[in-house]
Amino acid sequence: MVSTQNLRGKVAIVGVFDTEVGVVANRTPMELCVEAALGAVADAGLELSQVDGLITCNAMAQPMLYHAEAVAEYLQIFPRYCMAVGAGGGTTFSIIHHAASAIATGMADVIVVSMGDSLRSGLSRDQALLVQSSTGHPEFEQPYGPTVPAYYALIAQAHMSEYGTTAEQFAQIAVSGRAHASRNPTAQMREPITVADVLASRMIADPLHLLDCSLVSDGGSAIVLTSAERARDMGAPPIYLLGAGEGHSHEHISQARSLTTSAAREAGERAYRMAGLGPQDMDFAQLYDCFTPTVLIELEDLGFCAKGEGGAFVESGATMPGGDLPVNTHGGLLSHCHPGNPGSMFALTETVWQLRQAAGERQVANARSALVHAQGGIMSSHTALVLGTEVN
Amino acid sequence: MSRILPRPTALSQPYWDSCRQGVLLLQQCQECGDFQFYPRIMCSSCGGDDLHWQAVSGKGSVASYTIVRRGITADYPAPYVVALIDLQEGPRMMSSLIGVAAESVRVGLPVEVTFTDWSDEIAVPEFRPVIQASGDNP
Repeated sequence: MVSTQNLRGKVAIVGVFDTEVGVVANRTPMELCVEAALGAVADAGLELSQVDGLITCNAMAQPMLYHAEAVAEYLQIFPRYCMAVGAGGGTTFSIIHHAASAIATGMADVIVVSMGDSLRSGLSRDQALLVQSSTGHPEFEQPYGPTVPAYYALIAQAHMSEYGTTAEQFAQIAVSGRAHASRNPTAQMREPITVADVLASRMIADPLHLLDCSLVSDGGSAIVLTSAERARDMGAPPIYLLGAGEGHSHEHISQARSLTTSAAREAGERAYRMAGLGPQDMDFAQLYDCFTPTVLIELEDLGFCAKGEGGAFVESGATMPGGDLPVNTHGGLLSHCHPGNPGSMFALTETVWQLRQAAGERQVANARSALVHAQGGIMSSHTALVLGTEVN
Repeated sequence: MSRILPRPTALSQPYWDSCRQGVLLLQQCQECGDFQFYPRIMCSSCGGDDLHWQAVSGKGSVASYTIVRRGITADYPAPYVVALIDLQEGPRMMSSLIGVAAESVRVGLPVEVTFTDWSDEIAVPEFRPVIQASGDNP
């Protein structure tokens, strides 16, 4: 077996770009994806003709059978490595793992990963219903009418019952995300909120209130990956991929091994092992926050606190701006934006800006290493990445 | 009613046929004895392929639940309770809880199956709290 150590520090992110996010009614998903790709290539100081690999995700609001090929055609590039992924969350980052492998094995030299969608402005009524019913077992779960928040509420309720976690503690995660977003001029929601505001917002699926749920947005985001060797000759300081790990435990929540411990644990262990670093070495973390309880469980499973202590950890203020472990420094899916499948990409571009020390008012002081995590399904499919400014 | 109706497959047809008769059936592996849900062509415990349908107690307890305050479509009038049920025989399944005040549901609540006709072909298993026997029963 080829050692996973072989990927450590072998590739770097050399270009990043986010489009405007929130309500972007004057752009189709294709245009958002193209705009993001062009911006990331320009940020890397490259020409489009130097791109020989392209990865996109399909768009819910503009689905295509061969999405990446359509984006390549639009850009008039002719890559030798080209694919679209169809799922969100964890997949969005597992393809970074795959792209790094493709560069390390010579399948491509310069890979653009670009994603865009218009869940806010672009969905027809039928497409919106499809989004709602895109999860859940069609024969044994969906007939009971679970909504997407309801699936995550089942996890939250189990954590409350098993560990005494409270609705106030979940709410603190929304408060923390908003505090970060208030320092980010591009975030969709910037007005600070309190725990009381979260608890006073409309109940959606007990114990989740409206403000425990992520946004619905339009937006696009892209990165450029290349070999560490080539990255050294480029304009911006390269941000190295030091570790990557995945964990996949189920698809349907009724089949989960555990409701309160996720495969983020394996994903994190694998990423830390490859990086030769641990949770104590991370200056900040970006954790998938489609609903507040996911962050609490991820903090535990990724080793930032013990199992069952996520509630106390967030209550301590550790995840807030200036805390011991700032989490979702751009505002996350809860307050920055959530256009669906592209959602986690904004955590990745934000991480690069932080590690370049270019995050302005929200800069984490002396940020050198970060853990970036995404999950998809219902806490089903997890990928953790460790990024850093140096390969030691 | 235009709820999301399950579409039985050749494999799951006996499960749904039995629901119409008011009996919950699970697959039981003839090699290791484990029950499983949902139905599969292999045993998810030991990999065996000798699976028989077996009537089960229909009793279990609430592993987790939520009160859905905003229904998935107009055909699901909110509020309603979606729950994960741990069956006595081992497997976990998603279902609805009915016949109970939503606010009084708790993790661990003992429940039993009941069946609701949704169409001529489909009766759906749902759960309700176990009715406490009166004091003089054992």
